[in-house]
Amino acid sequence: MEIISSIKPLLAVIVSLIAAFLILLTGERARNLREFWTILASVIKFTIVFSMVSPIREGKVIEYTVISISPGLSLQFRADALGILFALTASFLWIITSFYSIGYMRSLNERAQTRYFACFAIALSATMGVAFSANLFTTFLFYEIITLSTYPLVAHKETPEAIRGARIYLTYLLGTSIAFLLLAIFMTYTVAGTLDFSDNGILIDTTAMGVSDTFLTITFILFMAGIAKAAMMPLHSWLPAAMVAPTPVSALLHAVVVVKAGVFVVVKVVIHIFGIDLLTKLGLGTALAYFSSFTIIIASIIALKQDNLKRMLAFSTISQLSYIILGAALLKPSSMVGGIIHITNHAFSKITLFFCAGSIYVSAHKTEISQLSGIGKKMPWTMAAFFIGSLSMIGVPPTAGFISKWYLAVGSMEAKEIPILVVLLFSSVLNAAYFLPITYKAFFEKENHTDHHEEVKEIPVVVIPLVITAIISILVGIYPDYFLTLAKEVIR
Amino acid sequence: MDFIISKFNYWIYIVLMMIGFYAMISKSNLVKKLVGMNIFQTAIILFFISIGSKKGATIPIIQDSHVDAVNSALYMNPLPHVLMLTAIVVMVSTFGVAVALLIMIYRKYKTLEEDEILQILRNEKWPNTH
Amino acid sequence: MAEHSLILIIVIPLMASCFNILLGLFRRGFCYPLVIATLSLCVILSIFIMDGVINNGVIHYRLGGWAPPWGIEYVVDHLNAFVMTIISFISLFVAVYSKRSVEAELPGRTVYFYTVFLLLVTGLLGITVTGDVFNLYVFLEITSLAGYALIAIGRDKALLASFNYLIMGTIGACFYLLGVGYLYIATGSLNMADLGRLLPDLYHSKVVLVAFAFFAVGVAIKMALFPLHVWLPDAYTYAPSTVSALAASTMTKVGVYVMIRIMFTVFKPNFSAEMLPVTEILGWVASGAMIFGCILAIAQTDVKRMLSYILIAEVGYIVIGVSVTNRMGFTGALLHILFDAFMMACLFMVAGVVMHKTGKTSIHGFRQLHRRMPITMAAFTIAALSVIGVPPTAGFFSKWYLVLGAIYARKWIFAGMLLLSSLLAVVAFFRVIENIYFAPSCHAHDRVGQEGIVRDEAPLSMLVPLLTMAAGILILGFFSGKIVSAVIQFTVPEGF
Repeated sequence: MEIISSIKPLLAVIVSLIAAFLILLTGERARNLREFWTILASVIKFTIVFSMVSPIREGKVIEYTVISISPGLSLQFRADALGILFALTASFLWIITSFYSIGYMRSLNERAQTRYFACFAIALSATMGVAFSANLFTTFLFYEIITLSTYPLVAHKETPEAIRGARIYLTYLLGTSIAFLLLAIFMTYTVAGTLDFSDNGILIDTTAMGVSDTFLTITFILFMAGIAKAAMMPLHSWLPAAMVAPTPVSALLHAVVVVKAGVFVVVKVVIHIFGIDLLTKLGLGTALAYFSSFTIIIASIIALKQDNLKRMLAFSTISQLSYIILGAALLKPSSMVGGIIHITNHAFSKITLFFCAGSIYVSAHKTEISQLSGIGKKMPWTMAAFFIGSLSMIGVPPTAGFISKWYLAVGSMEAKEIPILVVLLFSSVLNAAYFLPITYKAFFEKENHTDHHEEVKEIPVVVIPLVITAIISILVGIYPDYFLTLAKEVIR
Repeated sequence: MDFIISKFNYWIYIVLMMIGFYAMISKSNLVKKLVGMNIFQTAIILFFISIGSKKGATIPIIQDSHVDAVNSALYMNPLPHVLMLTAIVVMVSTFGVAVALLIMIYRKYKTLEEDEILQILRNEKWPNTH
Repeated sequence: MAEHSLILIIVIPLMASCFNILLGLFRRGFCYPLVIATLSLCVILSIFIMDGVINNGVIHYRLGGWAPPWGIEYVVDHLNAFVMTIISFISLFVAVYSKRSVEAELPGRTVYFYTVFLLLVTGLLGITVTGDVFNLYVFLEITSLAGYALIAIGRDKALLASFNYLIMGTIGACFYLLGVGYLYIATGSLNMADLGRLLPDLYHSKVVLVAFAFFAVGVAIKMALFPLHVWLPDAYTYAPSTVSALAASTMTKVGVYVMIRIMFTVFKPNFSAEMLPVTEILGWVASGAMIFGCILAIAQTDVKRMLSYILIAEVGYIVIGVSVTNRMGFTGALLHILFDAFMMACLFMVAGVVMHKTGKTSIHGFRQLHRRMPITMAAFTIAALSVIGVPPTAGFFSKWYLVLGAIYARKWIFAGMLLLSSLLAVVAFFRVIENIYFAPSCHAHDRVGQEGIVRDEAPLSMLVPLLTMAAGILILGFFSGKIVSAVIQFTVPEGF
């Protein structure tokens, strides 16, 4: 594997940090200039990330060491196929979300917008950091920064409810990462003597050195419990609690950036820390697969009962995240590709759905599913996009969701895990059961007299982003090759 | 019995020290605490002084300066005594600071009983609860 | 020249302290510049000494020309130089910070304040240069006496807190003195290096065991090691802000330094392994300090008091690093001495600023303060994150070494305790941070508009030292590897 040394990964991280600084400096006085910084940073970031794609598609790896602090602790970046896939998705969606945010925040006349945009920029910086991290220390550092920078966003409304949500958010994410993830990192370092990600896993040789299977199993469990951002049950409650945040936050951060950072780290741990061979030997992959299947089903069932649209989407996210973990846990090439590609596919579809929820809230001030009867006539674009997003969640061709589900299904066949296949099918049925009624309600039911839709109008700056993401969800489904090559590069 | 008598200096220091310790811990009057502290310190001074002494030895002033080899058994060890000079200075300054504190406490609260002072402080903190 | 700087670093602040009071009679305004000048000189000297130690090894200075072990000898090796540099740096910045808060809290008494302040610094620096156990006692008492006086001028319960501290401190000092006495009985020497040579043959003597026990208890009181910490919260809560900042960041650290000296220079590491389960006990005591310190911190409603309990937990961190007796743990402990000095200085300085601006330090008083003082509160948040141990702040890096030290010593329970106490610190600090940033203001009329609250940042003389501390917390962590390879690796006792 060819290694290129380039400062680009660091630049991708730093660009939005600088933007955050400029945003704070500009402040409320010059709102347009402040928003300009956000847009500029997002475009530059995407350009930087995009410029790294073609060498990586050719099988190269971009590395950059910022500082070597002491043995085991070095701030080092390494952009590989998996990282670039995540970074590309996140940075591209940030551009769209930035426009959406501006429209959303301004039309609702939200408070403390400077803090909002600054924290958003920092969170994106940290995301790039996670995506391009070359060792567990760098990962942990940026993982914690994501938590801390999104905490103010969850508490944004400063109502007692928002503060409580933020408290749960922080307890789960910071608590588990210190108690379990950090401990797991320590355990890894003690036996492996390094934290650098390697292609076959750094723990692969430890069994030969006399490290017991129990120790490794405990380490693995601690890793899985420590990465609460992946929202695997029973450590999922922070995600519904985080829904008190403004919708753009829920859309980009709590459907893409934060949660995907979680599953991304899970995949990293599976591939680069433990390695596929070791996990197969320990039988932990199958255990994780069944654990995530459990989450997939239970979260979907809970989602069925939700009336609050954003909460329902949150539980749907929990369920979909476990697809990715499932893909990694099956330890088969196809399932891996399916899981990894789902990072991107789910991102586009779920952000569409959240954008729709936000659009409904901005235009009609509706938050509950039961209030949506007949709203499709007033907001056709929004609800059409919502329908496309739903289809992708269910996995109907030609949407993006179908591609990842196809690979997951093939993977589960390869692994000869028929129960997993059943789980996949059953969960699709459940997805259909809670997504399709909303579209039906919106377009075919008569509106209640208590709900007033008369004055409802779609706001262009809010609707255009969601239409774009909806179109992309279909395009990715029809032309999946671009991301598939990257995903296949990961497991090559 | 012989054990006690032969080491009587240590026993005296221990007894004195415990008396002082008791006063410091259990008395609620601040002056009594201070007195206890003084006894405690004095006990330590006694301890140091006594470890420097030897049976049949005299004060360590060497008169015959032409004698090269000094028989150390004839003289007491001066070092612990000198150390205690310094320690006494330290203890006196501690005492000074403590007395100054007590004067200020008395000026402020008009009492030197610890529980009364605490009562006053409590009333200050919640003046309008009753 | 290098050896004379050892005595100069004590004589200069001591003389300045005497000169200060004379100058104060004449012109009050001169005191502050004098203090700054003196402490700057100390910083320069300490850097000079540090440089000398790094390049030429241990520096000796014989007081009055008397050869050790009869005369008093000043010895500075890497450990001394490390602690000394921290102390002189922190005290300089606290002194810069002190200007406005002393003027506001102690009008008309600034001259006396600075006189005693310099005495305190003299004592602290004296502890770090001396190589003689009795001389150390004297400096310990100079430090403590200055500390009692400074704490007594605080508000509310300060007098009583100071008196209780005096009683406890004296017990500690007397125990230390008894330890010296017993060692003298056994060996006839007071010089640390000499004692280190003589003692190993006498480890089985009961006298030596008793001496060690007295030392341990005496020093534990001085450095507020749980469960002998009871004097600390009151004393540091009611002391003037400047004093809290200085005392919290340096006095306990010097206590730990004395403990390290006694345990590993006077006694040798194998003493605890062979004779008494000292390190084992110390480890459990330190775990207790970490857990109870943090739990009690959560229970407080006053921020300064909460910080005092956090400080007790922090002492536990340092001691646990020492107790595992391996290279990693010891490195972590020393790094934590450095980082914690910065963190505590920063946190107590913020508390002082809030005291200065609002007149109270209750947690509710912190509500929505980020509007009034965004920069100060950002510094508080950084320091808080460092105490919790979130990368990239400095606290993470020392904790990294501490936990690895515990793991290498096969003390998984201690590693767990370290992480658990981090979790508790999260709760303690986010109670405050939540109030600073998100809690609705306690006064209804403040809610009128966001523009209603005026930006009211701390004065520059407070802000600059505070931000220096915060910047130190952010940057120093990245240099921890360099600090370890340049200084700390030479301080690790033989046999680790």
